Amino acid sequence: MKEGVMKIVFLLAACMSILAVALICIFLFANGVPAIHKIGVTEFLLGQTWKPSNNIFGIFPMIIGSIYVTAGAVIIGVPMGILCAIFLARFCPEKLYKIVKPAVSLLAGIPSIVYGFFGLVVIVPIMQDLTGTNGKGVLTASILLGIMILPTVIGVSESALRAVPNSYYEGSLALGATHERSVFFAVLPAAKQGILAGVILGVGRAIGETMAVIMVAGNNAVVPNSIFSGVRTLTANIVMEMGYATDLHREALLGTGVVLFVFILIINLSFSALKRRNH
Amino acid sequence: MEAINKESTLQRLKNYRKHPLSAILFLLVVVSAVITLTVLIALIAYILIKGIPNLSPELFEWEYTTENVSMMPAIINTLIITGLSLLFALPVGICSAIYLVEYAKRGNKLVSIVRITTETLSGIPSIVYGLFGYLFFNIFLGWSYTILGGALTLAIMILPLIMRTTEEALIAVPDLYREGSFGLGAGKLRTVFRIVLPSAVPGILAGVILAVGRIVGETAALLYPAGTATTVADGLMSSGRTLAVHMYALLNEGLYMDQAYATAVVLLVVVIGINALSGLIAKKVGVKE
Repeated sequence: MKEGVMKIVFLLAACMSILAVALICIFLFANGVPAIHKIGVTEFLLGQTWKPSNNIFGIFPMIIGSIYVTAGAVIIGVPMGILCAIFLARFCPEKLYKIVKPAVSLLAGIPSIVYGFFGLVVIVPIMQDLTGTNGKGVLTASILLGIMILPTVIGVSESALRAVPNSYYEGSLALGATHERSVFFAVLPAAKQGILAGVILGVGRAIGETMAVIMVAGNNAVVPNSIFSGVRTLTANIVMEMGYATDLHREALLGTGVVLFVFILIINLSFSALKRRNH
Repeated sequence: MEAINKESTLQRLKNYRKHPLSAILFLLVVVSAVITLTVLIALIAYILIKGIPNLSPELFEWEYTTENVSMMPAIINTLIITGLSLLFALPVGICSAIYLVEYAKRGNKLVSIVRITTETLSGIPSIVYGLFGYLFFNIFLGWSYTILGGALTLAIMILPLIMRTTEEALIAVPDLYREGSFGLGAGKLRTVFRIVLPSAVPGILAGVILAVGRIVGETAALLYPAGTATTVADGLMSSGRTLAVHMYALLNEGLYMDQAYATAVVLLVVVIGINALSGLIAKKVGVKE
């Protein structure tokens, strides 16, 4: 009797995550989609102007902004992350590993608001000196996000590299290749898919990051015309205006959330698909 | 490292002269590792050096005023929200992990759906959680800004983390324990609660500590469900800001940079402490993070 009841309790608990995802989807779509519809799908997604005071809600600049900043983060963070993972998996002496590995997980644990603060008081002034602009913009945000996705890329890539059978490495050595050549041209290609999964996960992190980006991106709601000009991401758009928005403005922000959520779902699904193919 | 391919440093350098590409690759790898470490050290050092002088005792007074933006109420709110979130997420997370590991049969359809949904949950950015919390608790249920709404939102957010670490801890318990318990005539339930779960406690604890880290550092998911009230929340249904939200508010107002530095120090110290603790426990039980 008790056994049966508890089994049902466990089963119900397991269903909670399904319920949570369902609720999140329902509430976001039920609130955001009508707003998008009211504004007009093309006007909303492709509209170049965001002027809530005039009831003009085009989020195209923010979509482009999110894509630019994420692409920048990938360009900066992914090569660094993969190289760092190679270091951890194949180059790092054991003693050093005990220092570097916890350091990387600490990098993952630092709150995004602290990253944002660091960007604001350190990276922004440096960019000001270097470029003569106000220091906030696509490049600054990309650098900060590149740092923030490092632990994700490193973590997933490292385990992918470690999962490659050692015979690949040994075979390459036996053919006369150096340690470096063996790692880069025999082990690395074999870990390609796992590393790609790490990159996708990093992209998800970057596109969803809010509090750090808002501090360093400048937040101008226009399509940036250079890597130094200010940019506003989808996430920043929500946080900046949600506090005081009403009526259609508020609904437009929920619509922004829906667009962001769809991006994330696509990224998540491709990550899951890739992971499943690996196994 | 590998037992094969051992060579002296001198020999290595000689080899690099013969193989310039290898030398370049080696340099790239080392440089990127050094840069990563440097960034981390620079961040921590900068915030500690600039922040510690700003850690005045007034910042830990009980009352928040505009003259003295004390972080004490925010610290207390952080503790309350952390406790509440764990209170909701822990039983659910542990029970569902028990179902997945101990009860579900191989190839169970439900299991694969649960896996997909937990993966989805862990990929959802905190701002989307914040929007959902706002839509569900504030709009749909008609609550005003409440720490209960914030804690429930965070409970959903940390659920996948708790589930995954508990699952790993349960899987790590040797089947011998279960067989021994069954052999002594214990039922399935008794085995789970008396034998398996106690052996998995350290692993679960490591996950809980990581979850605490997530909660303490969270801003975007709390901004709308829990609000930014500067006082200690009096009751579950009143608003209160956590330390991270407090820091965001200080930066947003732009008047309190020194205090923001001090808050950053506290956040950083907590996070470093949490990481060290979870690393320590993980090492003790040999569970991978």
